This record gives sequence, structure tokens and C-alpha cells, in this order.
Amino acid sequence: MTEETLVLLVWLIPALPLASFFINFLFLRGRDRAAHTVAIGAALGSFVLAQIVFWTAVGQGGEHLAEHPIALSIPWLPTGLTTLNMGVLTDPLTAVMLFMVPIAVLMIFIYSTGYSNINKAPDPHDEPGYAPHGREPLYSRFFGFLSLFAAGMLTLVVADNILLVFIGWEIMGLCSYLLIGFWYARTYPDAKKITPRQAAVKAFMTTRVADIFMLLGIAFLYSQTGSLSFREIFTAEATHHLAEVLFLGIPAAQVIFMLLFIGTIGKSAQFPLHTWLPDAMEGPTPVSAMIHAAAMVSAGVYMIIRMYPLLAGTAHEGHAPEFAPMFIVGAFTALFASTIAVAQNDVKKVLAYSTISQLGYMVAALGIGAYVAATFHLITHAFFKALLFMGSGSVIHGVEHGLHTAHNRAQLSAKAEQVLGHAEPPAEHGEQAEHNHGHSDPTAHEPKMDPQDMFNMGGLRKKMPVTFWTFLIGGFALSGFPLITAGFWSKDEILADAFKHNQLVFWVLALSAFLTAFYTMRQIGLTFLGKPRTEAAEHAHESHWTMLLPLVILAFFSITAGFVGVKSDFPGLGLLINGPFHAEPVSPFEHFLVPTVEQVVHFEPLFFNIFPLIVSFMVALGGLFLGWWVYGRKPLEAGQPDPLAARLGGLWFVLKNKYFIDELYNTAIVQPTNRLSAWVGEVFDRKGIDGVLHGIGNGALRMAEAFRSFDTSVVNGGADQLAESIKSFGRWLREIQTGRVQNYLLLALVSVVLLVALYITLFS
Amino acid sequence: MVPLSWYLIAAAALFCIGVYGVLARRNSVGILMGVELMLNAVNVNLVAFWRYLAPDNPAGQVFALFVLVVAAAEAVVGLALIISVYRDRRSIDAEQIDLLRW
Repeated sequence: MTEETLVLLVWLIPALPLASFFINFLFLRGRDRAAHTVAIGAALGSFVLAQIVFWTAVGQGGEHLAEHPIALSIPWLPTGLTTLNMGVLTDPLTAVMLFMVPIAVLMIFIYSTGYSNINKAPDPHDEPGYAPHGREPLYSRFFGFLSLFAAGMLTLVVADNILLVFIGWEIMGLCSYLLIGFWYARTYPDAKKITPRQAAVKAFMTTRVADIFMLLGIAFLYSQTGSLSFREIFTAEATHHLAEVLFLGIPAAQVIFMLLFIGTIGKSAQFPLHTWLPDAMEGPTPVSAMIHAAAMVSAGVYMIIRMYPLLAGTAHEGHAPEFAPMFIVGAFTALFASTIAVAQNDVKKVLAYSTISQLGYMVAALGIGAYVAATFHLITHAFFKALLFMGSGSVIHGVEHGLHTAHNRAQLSAKAEQVLGHAEPPAEHGEQAEHNHGHSDPTAHEPKMDPQDMFNMGGLRKKMPVTFWTFLIGGFALSGFPLITAGFWSKDEILADAFKHNQLVFWVLALSAFLTAFYTMRQIGLTFLGKPRTEAAEHAHESHWTMLLPLVILAFFSITAGFVGVKSDFPGLGLLINGPFHAEPVSPFEHFLVPTVEQVVHFEPLFFNIFPLIVSFMVALGGLFLGWWVYGRKPLEAGQPDPLAARLGGLWFVLKNKYFIDELYNTAIVQPTNRLSAWVGEVFDRKGIDGVLHGIGNGALRMAEAFRSFDTSVVNGGADQLAESIKSFGRWLREIQTGRVQNYLLLALVSVVLLVALYITLFS
Repeated sequence: MVPLSWYLIAAAALFCIGVYGVLARRNSVGILMGVELMLNAVNVNLVAFWRYLAPDNPAGQVFALFVLVVAAAEAVVGLALIISVYRDRRSIDAEQIDLLRW
């Protein structure tokens, strides 16, 4: 295939979902099957194109692709002497992203059809903006938003300049807002629980704070290099220039990177801007998978990986550049979030904190210069995290179904008792009547029990076998179960890198890996093992095949995606995968990816070290074993509290409340801001600006009144008076028009006499 | 020889009588006759001026002849009008004929 065709394909990859968005939005409202056909068709198209591009790229090899990337850019915005170019660029980094993103997107789209109940009829009780019981009322809108989301992510991936990255970035920001708040009307009896609408605003505002910094970084970069195109910035010359220019005593490269990194802190939910992400769980589960695996948070990490060569000039000779703020924030976030995840009861919240923690891993890895490991973990994590989210969605779906079955059965038996003339429970009678007539209020229809609370589950292994086994694979991948899961290989590589470059980061990451394995096992234990703890779990059943198929496919990748990252000097397996004769340790993934940045960044070879491997084995297996010991060995009974709660005491309380960060922000930032806004609104706006405006308005009004009185009295009055006087003069004058000839003659005679007299007096 | 001024005085007197007749008579025919008097006063003037001031130039006489013709025509039209008004109103009193009133 020729270069030109390939470039066209790359252009088409983001264009297809974008087209699907417009078609869905403009034409397919209420036509559900057409809506998902178009959306999935577009995703499938993107997937096929991306696969063609990816395999062509692999065929060419990383080095060739890095030197001759599949790229095309067109002048887009002339700015003075230079021109901003827009275009696509497929280098090895983009190629690997193009492998991961479209697969995840396609799986999420397929899953969404089942999740939105395409197999059920629309339920007359359902109203837009509430979680549906039948088919989603806003079905086509959902697929429209998802398509736009995918288009944003793919734009960002194929972009050849940071501005286009930013555009895709912001499209995703918008879509996350729209999709987190998709059930915008939903409210909860517990006033403290965040509603989807609030969560959407929170996510949007938090990421917006970070985006401002990122935009500043882009502006600074442009002012320094005069270009935003990756291929022009990532040259030895430009990076050296950026490292030499100082800004407040710090190299400009680091300042710019820090600003961009703040953008990532917001987008990828790193401490201290992580609070939006757990609340984003209020959105429908495919959205959570989209945000946490295929797009959005991956975009944050992808962006700093993409911009990493910026730091090339600041590195020591022969070393990869390190960036202290990044590994500090990353490592801290990894540990911090994994401790919170241990104490969460909501099945999706656990995964949310786990995402934050895993993103912390990637950020920390990049901070210590482990470019390849960070990218590798980004890819593998996307697979198993998408799997876990969709698995949890399947579980919630099953439990909700069970809840309804249980609910209906209770009603039926109550009815039967009434008919048979047994004891007549008045309370239930009232409730039933309310239920039957509660058409207008969908919340009355809403079940009382929380179907996402893991303590309301248990025993789902038998009820939902496919979900269980795939979830187990995903969970083990997340924990880094040795040798067979993708998560192990990527996490191990990060740990090995950390062990070499920074011992502290290594131990922090190892500890958080241990906690990760522990809370994953806790989640699996609480959800799937033992006996059902509620009636809802008792009646849960397996989800629709559209939801299970993506789980199985992603489970496949959660295992196999890891093997491309096996290093050649890994005992046994390394030889099997890479073949013999490698001077330096290298994995197929590394071999493909490294040429992306090799022109400016020099990586030192990382030789096999048994110590981090042992640690990696121990933390993964140890965590899983401990989790099993506490939650799996003797599964909890209904109503039994968490065994850890008693052991940890006060610490548990702190973890359960997420270190009170939300409360802190609420007190320290949100409320003062609200108060300040109220004050500014009252004093500055209402009294100041409004006062001035009202003053001007009143003044103008008074002046106008004065003018009006002048107008009516002088102008109008004068004109009227003139007309009146002319009229009365005429009325008076017409009296001489008697019609009698003799009067006229007399008048003429008198006039002649007078004229003659005048003539004589004047001229004689 | 009689001086020119005598003729002029006579003509002026004749003119004034004509004017008085025109202004004071109620009978429309009388008014018409007054007009004839005024015209004839002018004729006297014209002929007198010719005889005394420019005897070589016959313009004065010619003018007088023109005036006679015009006077005749005027009398014809005037009388025709009067007859027409009389037929309509059974009166030729100028006081009562005010059709030109506003």
C-alpha cells in the first residue's frame, strides 16, 4: 500500500466516529437499531483502518517508521510569519495507541447495546435522564456522545501537533461532562451522595483548572520554538535550545513540561486533582470504561509520553531524562489511591481508585525515565481496566435485574395472600398502590437497595459464570499475577526500572502493588465468592451476550498483550519470544517503540535483575493471598461488617472517607469560592455594575422625559401654533372673497390708487 | 385752440363717471355701460395725445379703433352673460350674483 493511501486511512480513523456522531444526532433520534448500527459500524471501520495502519507499521518496523512516519500536514492557520499546520502523524507510539484505542472503543460500543437494554422493549415508566429499566430512552444520544468521545480520542492519538492534541483533549472533556451527567435527572434519597449532574460539573470544572495550565504550557512552547508540530520540536536542536533558555532559573523545557503535566494531573486524575474521577462513576458503566480505559485518562498519560522528548536536553549524558515532580506525584498517587480503594464498598469506586493508582504508576514510570514501561503499562492497563469496568457493569446489571425479580415476586406473593384472604398487610397495600400509580415519578420505581454495593452481592460466581471468569482474569491482570497476565509484565518492567533509578519510588510502587492485589482479591471475594447476601444477588442472572462478548475478547488481550513486553534476557520466556542473539536486553514492544524518541533521547540498557522480579512476585501473590485469606476463605455472611474495619479502627474510617480530601476541598475551595461568588455577585455585580447601569438608565430616562416635554411644548406646539395661525388668517382673509364683481373692482381700484400714490411718493 | 389739458380733464371726468357707474349701479347692464364709458374716456385720451403730441404717427388713432372693436366684443359677451344669468335667476341685480364666492 502506498504512503498516500495510508495517510488517508489515518485521516479517516477519527473521521468515522465523528461522522457517526453527526448522523446519530441529526437523523437517528428514536431509531435505536439504526443508531447503534451506525455507531458500531463507524467504530468497526476505525478499528479495521487502525489495524491496517498498525500492521503495516509493524511490517515496516519501528526504526523505519520513526524515520519515515506516515504523516501529512496541511497549513491551517497563518499566524504572521509562520503557519500553524494541522495534520496526522503515525510514528511507533501512535501505532501502538492505534492498536489499543479502537479495540477498546469497539468493545465498549458493542457492550453499550446490551447495557442500554437493546434486547428489551422500552418501559413506559422510563423517562429520559433516569437510569432505565427497559431500553434506554435516549439511546441514539448515548451512542452519539460515545462516538464523539471516540472521535476526540482518536484525533488526539493521530495528531501531529500539540494543538490538535489539545483539541481532541477538550472534545473529550466535553463528552465526559455530557456522559457522566447522562442520567441528569437522577437523585438519591441520601442528600450527601453526589448526583450525576453534580459529578459531571465537578469533573468538568476540575479538568478545566488543569487545562488552563496546559494551554499556558502550549503557549510558552510556541513562544520558545515557534512551532507546535512534534516533528519540529523534537529535534536535538530545539530540545537543546529549550533546555538552555532559563525561566526563573529553571530550564524552559521543564517549565513547559510542568505546565503540560498539570494538564495530565487533571485529566488523568493524579493527586491533588483526582477527586472528580471516583464521582465520575455516576455515569453509565460503558462511559466509565470509556473514560478509564480507552480514552480520557489514557489521553493524559499519552500526552506526557508524547511530550517526553521535550525534556531530552535536560538529561545527563547517556541517561534518559528524569522529572522529579512527575515521579513524586505519580508514586504518591499510586500508593494514596490504592489505600483508599481498600476501604470502598461500591464496586465501581474500587475500580475508580484503582485506575487513579495505576495511572500514578505510569506517571511515576515516565518520571524516572521509563518511557517504554509507561507506554506498555498504558496499553495493558487499558485492556484489563476496560474489562474490569465492563465486568462490574455486567454485575450491576445482573444484580439490578435480580432486584426487580425479587421485588416483583414480593408483590405477587402479597397479592396472592390478599386474594386468599390471609392477613392483609396495610402498609404493603399502600406501597403497591403507589407503585402502580407512580407513573409520573420514576424515582418511586427506583429500588431502595444500592445495587453497586459489594456487600449486597456475594455468590455471583454461580449466577454469572462468564462475568466471573473474565472478571477474574481482569482482576489478576490488575494485580500482576505472575507470568500469565499482561499486568504482570508491564508492572514488572516499571518496578525493574524504578529499582534501578530510584529506590524510594520502587518501594512505594511495590507497596501499592501489594495493596492493589489485596483490594482486587477483596473485590472478587465480596462480589463473586460465598453465598448471595441479599435476595437481589440470589435472583441475579447472566447478562446479554452483547455484554459478554466484549468481556471475553478483552480477557484474551488482558493475557496476551503482555507477552510483547517480555525482555530477551528474561529467563526462559525471553528466549522463546525474542529469539536468541540480542546484545542488549530488548522486548519486541521496546524494539518497536523506542525509535520514536531515539533521535533525541538515549536510554541506557536495563539488564535483568532478579531482585525486583522477586518483589514483583511476592507483592502480587502476597496481596492476592491476603485478600483471599480475609475475604475468600470464610466468605462474609449477610449483615456481617468488613473484618478489616475492626482491625484498622480509626485508619479504616479515614480510608473509607478518602482521607477527607473531598471535605477538605469543599471547605477550603468550593465553599469559599461560592461565598466569594455570592459576595462578588451581591456587592460588585448587583450594587456596583448594576448600580452604575441602573444609574445610567435612570439618567437617560430623565433626560428623555425632559426632551419629550421640550418636544411636545416647543417643537410640536410651535408647529401647531404656526399652522393654526395660518389657518385663522386664511379664514379671516377669505371674507374678501365675496363673489360680487363690484367689490373686486373696488378693491382693484383702491389698490391701483394706492400703488400710484406709492409710486409717486417714491419716485418723484 | 383748446389746450390739451381740457381734453384730459374731460376724459378723466368721463372715466370717473364710468367708474362710479361700474361700482355703484346694481343693474348689470348699467355696469356694462359704465365700462363702455371708461373705455371711451381712454379713447378720448388716445386721440387727444395723438393730435397734440405725435400728429405724424397714426398709432393713437389705430389704438382707439382697436379699443372700439374690443369694446364692441366686450359688450356682446357681457350682454350674452347677462341674458344667460337672467334666464337662470330672473334677475340681473349684481348684488345677487355671487357665484364666485368661496
